[in-house]
Amino acid sequence: MDLLPYLAQALTPFNLLLALGGVLLGTVIGALPGLSATMAVAVLVPFTFAMAPASGLIALGAIYTGAIYGGAFAAILVNTPGTPSAIATTFDGFPMAKRGDGNLAVTLATLASVVGGIVGALALLFLSPPLSKVALAFGPPEYFWLAIFGLTLISALSQGDTLKGILGAAFGLFLATVGVAVVGGDVRYTLDQPMLVGGFDVIAALIGLYCIPVVIDLVARPDPHLKVSVQAGGFRLAEALRHCGQNWFNLIRSSVVGTVVGILPGAGGSIASLVSYSEARRTAKHPERFGKGEPGGILATESANNATVGGGFIPTLVLGIPGTPPDAVILGALLVQGIRTGPGLFTGQGDIVFTFIFGLLIATILMLPTGLLVGRYAYQAIVSIPKAVLVPTVAFLTIIGSFAIHNSMHDVYTMLGLGFLGWILARFGFQPSPIVLGVILGPIAEQGFVQAWLIGNAQGNVWGMFFGRPISLAIAALAVITLLYPIVMDTLKARRARRAGVAPTPRESVNAD
Amino acid sequence: MTRTTTTLALTLAAGLAAAAAGPAFAFPEKDVDYIIPFSPGGESDIAARLQQPVFADTFDHQLIVKYQAGAGGAQAWSQLNSMPADGHTIMGINLPHVILQPLMSSPGYETADLTPVYWFHYTPDAIIVKADSQFQTLEDLVNFAKENPGLVTFSGSGSNSANSLAQSRFDGLAGVTTTYVPFSGTGPSVTALLGDQVSAQWGYSTVAAAQGEAVRMLAVAAEERLPLFPDVPTFQELGYDMVGGAYRGVAVPKDTPEDVRQQVSDAFQAMNNEPAMRQAMDDGAFVVIDVPYQDVDAFMAERRTEIEAAAQAAN
Repeated sequence: MDLLPYLAQALTPFNLLLALGGVLLGTVIGALPGLSATMAVAVLVPFTFAMAPASGLIALGAIYTGAIYGGAFAAILVNTPGTPSAIATTFDGFPMAKRGDGNLAVTLATLASVVGGIVGALALLFLSPPLSKVALAFGPPEYFWLAIFGLTLISALSQGDTLKGILGAAFGLFLATVGVAVVGGDVRYTLDQPMLVGGFDVIAALIGLYCIPVVIDLVARPDPHLKVSVQAGGFRLAEALRHCGQNWFNLIRSSVVGTVVGILPGAGGSIASLVSYSEARRTAKHPERFGKGEPGGILATESANNATVGGGFIPTLVLGIPGTPPDAVILGALLVQGIRTGPGLFTGQGDIVFTFIFGLLIATILMLPTGLLVGRYAYQAIVSIPKAVLVPTVAFLTIIGSFAIHNSMHDVYTMLGLGFLGWILARFGFQPSPIVLGVILGPIAEQGFVQAWLIGNAQGNVWGMFFGRPISLAIAALAVITLLYPIVMDTLKARRARRAGVAPTPRESVNAD
Repeated sequence: MTRTTTTLALTLAAGLAAAAAGPAFAFPEKDVDYIIPFSPGGESDIAARLQQPVFADTFDHQLIVKYQAGAGGAQAWSQLNSMPADGHTIMGINLPHVILQPLMSSPGYETADLTPVYWFHYTPDAIIVKADSQFQTLEDLVNFAKENPGLVTFSGSGSNSANSLAQSRFDGLAGVTTTYVPFSGTGPSVTALLGDQVSAQWGYSTVAAAQGEAVRMLAVAAEERLPLFPDVPTFQELGYDMVGGAYRGVAVPKDTPEDVRQQVSDAFQAMNNEPAMRQAMDDGAFVVIDVPYQDVDAFMAERRTEIEAAAQAAN
């Protein structure tokens, strides 16, 4: 197939301008907690109706990929994921910023996002029809096990405090049950309050649990918020590239994980980055460095979440099933423009699809210069703004951001309530990540479980549903490995220490059951 | 006090509007906020997006689509009556949602609190199977279900929803027992069908239109066959008295004056009658209906009887 004419169409000055503008706008929106990629795309859809279909799609795709990337800024610089897909970026990003390596972390996130985005877009360009089958291979039991796999990450995240990690996750799972159950329709824990019928919004919980404790701590502590004593200047591009070189396999694996998870409708960037983070940590030479500012962690999460953009377009364009929420909006825009999705789209309306894919690739590459420049100023701004200005600004943004989710004060109350609760819990050693993990993964696990149970029951084969399907078994096995790995490693270490005649360092017993 | 001010402002606004635009059309006199109580990308959103350009062409003002998703629409509907009641803030409204939700839980509003002024279309319930399914006709599926009670699984969107009601209604009409598996939306429900997780799907005609040759629609709950699917029979033709699906319309806050309600209704009726709109609706397999303000009460009463009967049968 001759693809060059489509590349030329994507490179017209107007399309280039759309790609650049889209990425810039998306990066800024993504960096603000609460303003999501879905919202950005939805607000701008009407403007694209006046454009040629391919140009409109390029603008939307560029905003989308920029927003997913932009989420990393807030994650690294203020320990608050700008989008849910950047949760795992806080694990290593913020520790790096705290020790004065924030600019390196932003550069790493930029490089990783570009690599992940390119891998996802190339998969979309060359492998769409075959890869779309992946979306269909995942049924309810697979989603159930995928969510369980995500939850096992808690054991890795909270080493030494596994019990608190599990308690936090259980609390998150409880929060996720509030409201009317999608599957079954039961009304749970609403206390007859209409406000609780819809349940707790994930984004509101995210902003509250991550942002509010940071704001309170900034006010409560006399020391400057970011220690910038060892401050190397510039982008530190060479250093970042060296880390990429050392982590080349991690980058590729995370990009592939991101692409595949992006293809799954109902999963998305947050799960992609959590899964690839977990894998990166498990296979690393020094897993103990993860969570304390390990560059490999950022490379894994940021390449994975940007790879979901290209991956998510695969089922959207081939099957007409949106891979991610922003894809649903773009699918609606396609329908209004009179474009029918499906396998025929690639052959019948190739000029639109391939021009769009090249546009997405170009937008992804444009993230490199825009990201580095924006990142540099963002970092300088954050470290030089006095606390008296930064705190009210962040506090204001949390309110605006949580209101913007549904144009509703309910989410603001949720955000504030959970925020103060999160701050209190943090004083007792509970981290926000396990709680948020529970809120995000709870519904996926619950729905997958009940659906698999219903189908298995109808077929008289419930056990076969959960344990008789190859993909399910593979994910379940990965979950078991991730769960047991830290325990096994600790036991081995303790035994080695004993053999060397040194008393093992006392450590809280790990409760994994 | 507030009420007096509002009334005064409304009277003034109405007076001004009448003076400015003459008797033909006082509405709209500025851009209209159109609140969709669901996330972007759903069928309500697509319908609004189709109405947007027609509205702009017809009235020289914009229809500004805003989203206020949450609790299956309940979050927005429970706040509708506190919004500006001058006809320039309107909200999408859906059946069976606004009847089922107060029936099943306390969503923060009662059906009687809402003021729909026009119903413009519905997406008829439909049974959809994969193109390579063993069920060629509805009869095949019913026969198989009779021999194997419970073995036929249907995916559908949500519990206590249009899809779950359609399933229990049809089970009753056909005298069969099938298993309904709720998913978190039409998208995941289609995915489950295409991925062979379930034997069939309770969805809408729009799903069949979007999926094209990948699926086969066995029957559609419309009064007549759809222009897009001349070969697909209606349930009535096959002997099952089922017409209905998800209805969409537009509502206003309850303080909106009668004449403004009528004007909003007229505006949506005019849009519905545009040939381009009709064509777009036919292409997407929506069924256009025309329920203006004066007929809304009778229409709602009819639907309420239907929906309550189906909900009772389901429980």
